[in-house]
Amino acid sequence: MRRIISVLLENEPGALSRVVGLFSQRNYNIETLTVAPTEDPTLSRLTVMTTGSDRVIEQITKQLNKLIEVVKLVDLTEGAHIERELMLIKVKATGSQRAEIKRTVDIFRGQIVDVTSTVYTVQLVGNSDKLDAFIQAIGTGCIMEVVRSGVSGIARGEKVLSL
Amino acid sequence: MIVRSLQDEGVEYIYGYPGGAALHIYDALFRQDKVKHVLVRHEQAATHMADGYARATGKAGVVLVTSGPGATNAVTGIATAFMDSIPMVVLCGQVPTTLIGEDAFQETDMMGVSRPIVKHNLSVRDPQKIPEIIKTAFYLAQSGRPGPVVVDIPKDMTTPNERYEYVYPKKIKLRSYNPPVRGHAGQIKKAVDLMLAAKRPVIYAGGGVILGRASAELTEMTRLLGFPITNTLMGIGCYPATDKQHLGWLGMHGTYEANMAMHHSDLIIAIGARFDDRVTNATEKFCPGAKIIHVDIDPASISKTVEVDVPIVGPVDSVLKDMLALIKEAKAAVDEDALSAWWRQIDEWRKVHGMRYHKDENGPIKPQEVIEALYQVTKGDAYVTSDVGQHQMFAAQYYKFDKPNRWINSGGLGTMGFGLPAAMGIKLNFPDEEVVCVTGEGSIQMNIQELSTCKQYGLPVKIVNLNNQALGMVKQWQDMNYESRHSQSYMESLPDFMKLVDAYGHVGITVKKREELIPALEKAFAMKDRLVFLDIYVDPTEHVYPMQVARGSMKDMWLSKTERV
Ligand SMILES: Cc1ncc(C[n+]2csc(CCOP(=O)(O)OP(=O)(O)O)c2C)c(N)n1
Ligand SMILES: [Mg+2]
Repeated sequence: MRRIISVLLENEPGALSRVVGLFSQRNYNIETLTVAPTEDPTLSRLTVMTTGSDRVIEQITKQLNKLIEVVKLVDLTEGAHIERELMLIKVKATGSQRAEIKRTVDIFRGQIVDVTSTVYTVQLVGNSDKLDAFIQAIGTGCIMEVVRSGVSGIARGEKVLSL
Repeated sequence: MIVRSLQDEGVEYIYGYPGGAALHIYDALFRQDKVKHVLVRHEQAATHMADGYARATGKAGVVLVTSGPGATNAVTGIATAFMDSIPMVVLCGQVPTTLIGEDAFQETDMMGVSRPIVKHNLSVRDPQKIPEIIKTAFYLAQSGRPGPVVVDIPKDMTTPNERYEYVYPKKIKLRSYNPPVRGHAGQIKKAVDLMLAAKRPVIYAGGGVILGRASAELTEMTRLLGFPITNTLMGIGCYPATDKQHLGWLGMHGTYEANMAMHHSDLIIAIGARFDDRVTNATEKFCPGAKIIHVDIDPASISKTVEVDVPIVGPVDSVLKDMLALIKEAKAAVDEDALSAWWRQIDEWRKVHGMRYHKDENGPIKPQEVIEALYQVTKGDAYVTSDVGQHQMFAAQYYKFDKPNRWINSGGLGTMGFGLPAAMGIKLNFPDEEVVCVTGEGSIQMNIQELSTCKQYGLPVKIVNLNNQALGMVKQWQDMNYESRHSQSYMESLPDFMKLVDAYGHVGITVKKREELIPALEKAFAMKDRLVFLDIYVDPTEHVYPMQVARGSMKDMWLSKTERV
């Protein structure tokens, strides 16, 4: 099962390496990982997208909680939530392809953020499926480079993850 | 600042080895006499000494080593403590902050190296914070589920002529760390209801009972309920081994009756145990008819390998007290009829193997009889440390421990070389107690150099070397699984232990005949202030039984070389 676990972490050197280390040490998957400081400079917010059976996911959350620098965490996929990923993608765009690509970008509500005579750089935000679908639509033939941020997420409604 | 913090923490002994990055600290140690330093001969031994002390007392042992090789030599001992949840504080020197990351002389990223084998590690980046960091290290090591904590101290954090205001904090509070203080009342009630209704219950207690100082509560509850009790290798001593309700320990080399009782039970009450693979055997075949109650301070231990029915997260002593209170006020009592039928069944199982072994009056000494003799001569009241191998299993099987904290072994990591330094750490702190290290000729050579430390500090431990001229446990596996191809399990050219022990300034006694055994042990223990090394030649072909069949259930065992059940 695909899960998004959101973690509040002490913003200290080495804290991130403990989280990453835990995943490799205990043979858990990391599909994507994002991390950045929050409005409180002593805290970082880390989002990890992982897969595993319910048993494994339970162990992941427990083992994460055991890390001294983990302050709080939540499995966002347990409730209603919003997830987003940012993608920057560089594609070959020459001749008749240019219009075609532009149309696809519009359909996916992306933006062309940089242009040369042969290249478009496209920015796209959405859930991971949407980004995958865009890559499919555009076709791997013309893709020069893909940069994805990994999943970030937040609960819907009043629910917050904070101290 | 570091030494003062240790003084204020009430530390009496630290174990270590100096080197460049730790020299400022060593100088500060020299200029005071409250904290005494024991100079080992290899840093691994310093960690095991601290560990032995911690296992015997429940308090964190303290280690001081230098950067680079000093720190990496300590790694095995840190991992050993980690696997068995032993409180320990390891202070590691580090190159100055200005050189970190430059591959400086004796630089090792000890924060990175130790990360997976510590409860936590801390790096000093501001000398002002030293007292707080040291206090935090002790707090983390000793609270909740205990464990080792490494403190990495770059040399420029201890510059002697810099002065800072010193305040040693009384308490530490961390917003991200709140170990549980009580079990959930509803869950405890549920557990007690199950216990009172059980027909074939068994209590399965682990090292957590010893770490959580809950032996008295466990013993009271077990007696009150009249349930059979078994414990893990790490839980030995948590309930008196000579008591009739005790089934011996369980698992790979556990007793027949303990493993059978587990397999056939309808309720397992696991307390401070972690369903380790050496206990459960194949988890998918584990105790098919049993409901499981699991009390543990670490939520991550619960349902990690085996799914449990009633989890209770909390300190074992407080949970057991709550359980006792409920049992005493409960209207229902245990199911006496079912229980006596269950005991009749268990008594049948007890007759099946009964920890028998074959002794040929004209043949070589059996390792089992050495342990029985040791038990007799020490009146069952010694601190017994062990190394790892067959001798460890024999010691655990045939020495009956009635008190907690007396059986000291590396259960989780299985570290050869643990026994002697652990015994030293205990002897240093309990000079009036008998401390014995049961070892093998393989294991003892992994930290034999510590005989020199024993001389320096006058540590008259007794060493019982079950000399089977082989890496016996390895050989046993090769006999059973590799058609007796003894690949590298023989030790050719063993040293003459008598000469070796003599060279270190101690007494050696060789025992080759059965009739010499008891007199030799008596002689050794009569020499109160001498370290005595007993080199006892035992049957090299002996195996440890019972032994669970690999990937079987708990009830599948070998009872001897030929009997499989
Ligand atoms: C440091 C280390 N290396 C290897 C092992 C694997 N091992 C387990 S038992 C054993 C044999 C121990 O031999 P000995 O100390 O003579 O004890 P015996 O089994 O003969 O009683 C070995 C090599 C280990 N546990 N620890
Ligand atoms: Mg041996």
